[in-house]
Amino acid sequence: MYKAFLIKYGEIGVKGKNRYLFEDALVRQIRYALKKTDGEFEVTKENGRIYATAVSDFDFDEAVEALKTVFGIIGICPVVQIEDNGFDDLADTVIKYFDSAYPDKHFSFKVNARRARKNYPMDSMEINMEMGGRLLDAFPELSVDVHNPDVLLQIEIRNKINIYSTEIPGPGGMPVGTAGKAMLLLSGGIDSPVAGYMVAKRGVELEATYFHAPPYTSERAKQKVIDLAKLVAKYSGPITLNVVNFTDIQLAIYEKCPHDELTIIMRRYMMRIAEELGKESGCLGLVTGESIGQVASQTMHSLYCTNEVCTMPVFRPVIGFDKQEIIDLSEKIGTYETSIQPFEDCCTIFVAKHPVTKPNLNIIQRDEHNLDDCIDELFKTAIETTEKIRIE
Amino acid sequence: MEAYLDNSATTKCAREVVETVVKAMQDDYGNPSSKHMKGVDAEQYIKQAAATIARSLKCQEKELVFTSGGTESNNMAIIGTAMANKRRGNHVIVSSVEHSSVKEPFNFLEEQGFRVTYLPVDAQGRVSIDALREALDSETILVSVMYANNEIGTVEPIEEIGQIVKQFNPEIVYHVDAIQAYGKFKIVPKKLNIDLLSVSGHKIHGPKGTGFLYVKEKTKIKPIILGGGQQKAMRSGTENVPGIAGLGVAAGLIYNSAFDEKIQKMYDLRSYFIEELQKLPDVTINGCMGRESAPHIVSASFRGVRAEVLLHALEDRKIYVSSGSACSSNKPGLSNTLVAIHLDPDLLDSTIRFSFSFETTKEELDMTLEALKELLPVLRKYTRH
Repeated sequence: MYKAFLIKYGEIGVKGKNRYLFEDALVRQIRYALKKTDGEFEVTKENGRIYATAVSDFDFDEAVEALKTVFGIIGICPVVQIEDNGFDDLADTVIKYFDSAYPDKHFSFKVNARRARKNYPMDSMEINMEMGGRLLDAFPELSVDVHNPDVLLQIEIRNKINIYSTEIPGPGGMPVGTAGKAMLLLSGGIDSPVAGYMVAKRGVELEATYFHAPPYTSERAKQKVIDLAKLVAKYSGPITLNVVNFTDIQLAIYEKCPHDELTIIMRRYMMRIAEELGKESGCLGLVTGESIGQVASQTMHSLYCTNEVCTMPVFRPVIGFDKQEIIDLSEKIGTYETSIQPFEDCCTIFVAKHPVTKPNLNIIQRDEHNLDDCIDELFKTAIETTEKIRIE
Repeated sequence: MEAYLDNSATTKCAREVVETVVKAMQDDYGNPSSKHMKGVDAEQYIKQAAATIARSLKCQEKELVFTSGGTESNNMAIIGTAMANKRRGNHVIVSSVEHSSVKEPFNFLEEQGFRVTYLPVDAQGRVSIDALREALDSETILVSVMYANNEIGTVEPIEEIGQIVKQFNPEIVYHVDAIQAYGKFKIVPKKLNIDLLSVSGHKIHGPKGTGFLYVKEKTKIKPIILGGGQQKAMRSGTENVPGIAGLGVAAGLIYNSAFDEKIQKMYDLRSYFIEELQKLPDVTINGCMGRESAPHIVSASFRGVRAEVLLHALEDRKIYVSSGSACSSNKPGLSNTLVAIHLDPDLLDSTIRFSFSFETTKEELDMTLEALKELLPVLRKYTRH
């Protein structure tokens, strides 16, 4: 029955002279999302609206699911589209549409017709009244309410005629690719994919860095991160995943620094490496899944010490979330199942029994000097040997 | 060079097996239940496989039911026996070192209201005969003990258990999980008083998804897969002809005139490997020596080293082993057998299983020993605390 989707977008409608940039990005993201479904679509911008019109058979539910991953969309309206074969034909189609879309007819409605094509023989008011009458004749249980209808039936007279009355909520946000790029520190956990999702939702393109520590972390742990990146990429579009071999740096820290400071010093090097990789590829910020107080390395004191090495802004979109709130969101975006697979990541392998929870920056900086004789070389090697994986 | 020492997890398919499987898939693809020639041709593969396997067990062909592997064989044996004999009694006995595919069906029976006795084992993993004698009662309908342990290789006193069970009450069904033992021992179920024997194909260089259950004539068990009545209604579903054919070929390749010689070679390699491992500091060998163990499994604990890290470090040198038992590696929980033999808790997470095949060479073992000599001191330097 449905032939097209009318895409409603919110915030980007008010962007003044840059508006076309946002709309073009949205069109691009919609095309990218629909490309992965069965069926071909033409995505067009028309008089301040975006239409995705099917030019082949398609799977309705699959197409809706795909559109729900496109940031910038606030509503998805499934549209019945017909050629103009006179008003009687239009009325028949509308009656059939009502019959199948609303099995229970005990509700109020209003017809809202618009003529983009002004040579249609009836004007909007006439269409509204006539169509309302025909619907009431066909389904006497219906009632009309022009102020507060349960169902608002939209009829748009263009070259073709569009009929729609339902709206499926979209994810909101801004189209990806309209706000520059950020580097996500992606572990195998629950929080970082959610953090990536939230930043992508504001239109930011993502790149990601994962710290791999063979043989302490396995190939499966790496595969898990690749799988997570793929899930995030469904929303954010393609991601370049940087896989950094972190073993030698970790072992050097282990050998030369106090063990209760391992995690903090390790995190400082992760930030430095991520920032370095981010600079190379034009990122404007770092993104982490940190949340205040969740673990020893995420207390305010620890975050203060970790943050100190960064010159880029560090975005922590889940900073104020409780664990359960993060879990709920990860379930909603579909990353939870993958995140909870039990493979060790490099944050957990050398954890001290009692890591510092209130590290002192001066002491951390002092102890980091123990690495002076080797760290530059190790850092350079880590950057140079980084494996870049393109995640579509 | 690489060293694949994870043959208890699975083995490489033999070339002859692959050829037969391909032929059964491409040329003789009929349904053995079909009445035309294509069906008859396909049926021949099954008959051939049954004949080869029956010869290896000195049993009748009709006593074999082909399954989708060891897990199904064990499920069918345990649940099928309980369902068929529940009027005679509701007590079942099992060892405490069984594989999950035995343990879980017993848990299921417990949920269904059966009384389950778990037999303790000694420090080598051998079932306590005294505990067995004590456990048997007039309600007992099933005793299940594995032939060779999948984690440490220990061979259970299968013959003795069979005698005790049958002397107590010949009606009690005696099931043996021989998944790690078939292909390594000459097993004659009749002589050992075994009523049901589970075997898996992919542990003996056959295809995955294949296996069988030996069901001694007149043993009462209920099928657990119902349908079109194939295999005398013991296991419905169109037979996996290519798989069964491959399984038959694999069995034939092992049980031939060179069997004793091949097994002796594996025992020699095992002894050599254990001796060399014991020369390394802080290594404990779990299980038994000589013929009291399966010839292909060596379980070693390396104090102060996390098994998974050692596994990945060996993997980096193309040496493939398993931490504990491969099937339980997926779960964060600790090994069943290692807990049951009261292994030092510090070693539970430091235990590696090396498992051989007929193709394993001394060179592969030497390469592994060399790697261990280099890796262990390094890995011990960086431990979690």
